[in-house]
Amino acid sequence: MELVWGELSVGQEPESLVNPPIDKLQLVKYAAASGDFNLIHLDEETARKNGLDTIIAHGMLSMGFLGHYAARLAGVNGFVRRIQVRFSKMVYIGDTITCRGKITAIDEASRSVVLEIRAENAAGEKVTYGEAEIVLGG
Amino acid sequence: MKEAGGDSLTIFEEYKNWIGNTSDEVIFEVEKGAIRAFARAIGAGDFPLYTDEAFARRQGYASLVAPPTFPTTFFIPMPGVNVPLSRLIHGEQAFIYERPIVAGDVLRVQRKIVDVVEKKGGRWDMLIAKTEYYGRDLQGNLVYTAKTNVIIH
Repeated sequence: MELVWGELSVGQEPESLVNPPIDKLQLVKYAAASGDFNLIHLDEETARKNGLDTIIAHGMLSMGFLGHYAARLAGVNGFVRRIQVRFSKMVYIGDTITCRGKITAIDEASRSVVLEIRAENAAGEKVTYGEAEIVLGG
Repeated sequence: MKEAGGDSLTIFEEYKNWIGNTSDEVIFEVEKGAIRAFARAIGAGDFPLYTDEAFARRQGYASLVAPPTFPTTFFIPMPGVNVPLSRLIHGEQAFIYERPIVAGDVLRVQRKIVDVVEKKGGRWDMLIAKTEYYGRDLQGNLVYTAKTNVIIH
């Protein structure tokens, strides 16, 4: 799914990245790896006490998916120079998150590509979205 | 009746004073194990730049490369803001790199409140605190900037 310089055009939508459904183990791993131990992401009872129907995933996990999507598009010789997102909807335990992108600009001089990026749930709702700038390698 | 961290009134009276607050510098050492654990947690354990040091070196990196959102692990509380976690919502996030972060980096990180704006409407008034992290190497060169917007309700 790596972008290939010279084969790109504005409006192009690279191959999407479908993540496995988010399970509790992933949330435990993400809590440990990120240091965000807020229990609304780990414990059903705490989530309900905070007015949620069930456990919600860390917003930064969905951004983590998008960051990795951008890194995959950049490939091992490229580099994600910038990634910025807005968190628009909650992601729940069990959700399947798909990362999608669309090229909005190409800069020949810096060999860089700007993409709109978005993470969607199984209903096709945008949960986290924004923009990434990738510099492609040689 | 005041809850810990101040009621809405207190916050709305104080927030203008938060602008410009800057944390002390915090040193973060970027470790290989932390990069691998983070990569696996986001389902990216199969991407060799994050997990295979020999591979990363062959691509010209000094060691394992950190995933783009890895600096979220360099957390610093909002300086001078005493609001309970339950009243904060992460609204927006950006990471801007001058170069990739690799294992072995030692970063000096500061967090600054660059602006606070009031947002009216709905059932409650809200504040949006716009904060920035600056991560520098030991020579003082900027490595990354993180922008974190926090909604306080």
